Amino acid sequence: MKILGYRRPDGKVGIRNHILIIPTSVCASTVASNIAAQIPEAVALPNQHGCCQIGADHEQTVRTLIGFGKNPNVAAVLVVGLGCEGVPIRETAAEIAASGKPVEVVIIQEIGGTLKTEAEGLSKVAKLVRQVAHLQPEKIDACELSLAIECGGSDFTSGLASNPASGIAADLLVAAGGNVMLSETTEFIGAEHVLARRAKSTDIAEKLFKIVHACENRAKLLNVDLREGQPTPGNIAGGLSSIEEKSLGCIYKAGHAPIQDVLNYGEIPQGKGLYIMDSPGQDIDSITGMLAGGATVVIFTTGRGTPTGSPIAPVIKITANARTYQMMEDNMDLDASSIISGEETIEQVGHRIFEEIIAVANGRRTKAESLGYREFGIYKIGPTY
Amino acid sequence: MEKQAVVINPKDNVATVVDDLSANKIIHFSVGQSERSVQLLQDIPLGHKVAIQEIRIGEDILKYAESIGVATTLILPGQHVHIHNMETQRGRKDQ
Repeated sequence: MKILGYRRPDGKVGIRNHILIIPTSVCASTVASNIAAQIPEAVALPNQHGCCQIGADHEQTVRTLIGFGKNPNVAAVLVVGLGCEGVPIRETAAEIAASGKPVEVVIIQEIGGTLKTEAEGLSKVAKLVRQVAHLQPEKIDACELSLAIECGGSDFTSGLASNPASGIAADLLVAAGGNVMLSETTEFIGAEHVLARRAKSTDIAEKLFKIVHACENRAKLLNVDLREGQPTPGNIAGGLSSIEEKSLGCIYKAGHAPIQDVLNYGEIPQGKGLYIMDSPGQDIDSITGMLAGGATVVIFTTGRGTPTGSPIAPVIKITANARTYQMMEDNMDLDASSIISGEETIEQVGHRIFEEIIAVANGRRTKAESLGYREFGIYKIGPTY
Repeated sequence: MEKQAVVINPKDNVATVVDDLSANKIIHFSVGQSERSVQLLQDIPLGHKVAIQEIRIGEDILKYAESIGVATTLILPGQHVHIHNMETQRGRKDQ
């Protein structure tokens, strides 16, 4: 099976050709957005991070920004720094440039204010456009795809239909030699023993139990109760009664392949097949982590309906709730409600999802892309100082 | 017959209803290869769970052949199973 993709200098394959403008702190975000607003090929990552973070929380921000820059859907990068933030601006740019793609830097305090930085940034991005905008996708084996799987706004249809159907699509991609990532540690709680049976080794199973227990214990350490946030009010209205029920439905979406490893948030997998990534259940943080880990396409199952997209990757929305599809057709790419009505099997819809992934890889715009949804959020694991 | 409820695994003691259903209605569903039915004792909204056998206090609520929580009261076949009569065993500060 072939897809149309862009082979990057490091050998990785992207399915979009973005020029990414990365602010290294919240203080550089407006300049980054202003530059991106003037260049159609450019997209910015405005964010709330990058300064007064310490330890693992700081490292996670740096790793995520670098991961986005390295993502194969990104052809070239402009890094925008303020100059005094905690994220090392030039080192971040150098790390991204090590992947071989063109990278430029502007620093607001060095250039002298917003207007001059925006002018210099624009001129650098214009140069990047001339370097990469003409690149044409070539026919490449589908094994080069890296799929992130997310579910959000779940209801009873997620566990019964859209998640198991996505699992079939995930199995098809793994069988084709591709890469699949499953995240949302919160939504392994109560289902980790089922997932762990598929770990490639007992060490990997142990890693899985460790991240789940750490997630559960974080709530206890704060003397709060996970029930305050999970399941969400919408999940409960939709018929989900506990985190265990939500989790058991969630894990279906990654199919049946062996688990190759358990990754840190934003970590790039070193091989092919199915990987687990430690992330929260919050959709934006979770998708951001998997894209920092190199995923190039996202499938997103939903029961209640959500509009979420990404700045650098197509997000394919799937619902098996017929009412949600009718109510939110603007946002939904694929109607899987035929599983609930009995007109199609989970396997048939799974094949349709796989075909949709290939079509989107080949350039079909998702609803989230066409509506301009570009959510980005880094999972915070420590307080800001 | 149109499908009104789904039992995911034969070990399960709840079914998920796939329509808004009213009390007193008799619903039919498959458990593995066999056909079964239960009369609803309450209205059950779309996507919610109904007990298909008696579940005593402290017993597991089983869906996907796994525990999704524990009954906090006696639940009769045909009763709505949700946060009012079952509770999670995970992520709790009181345990």
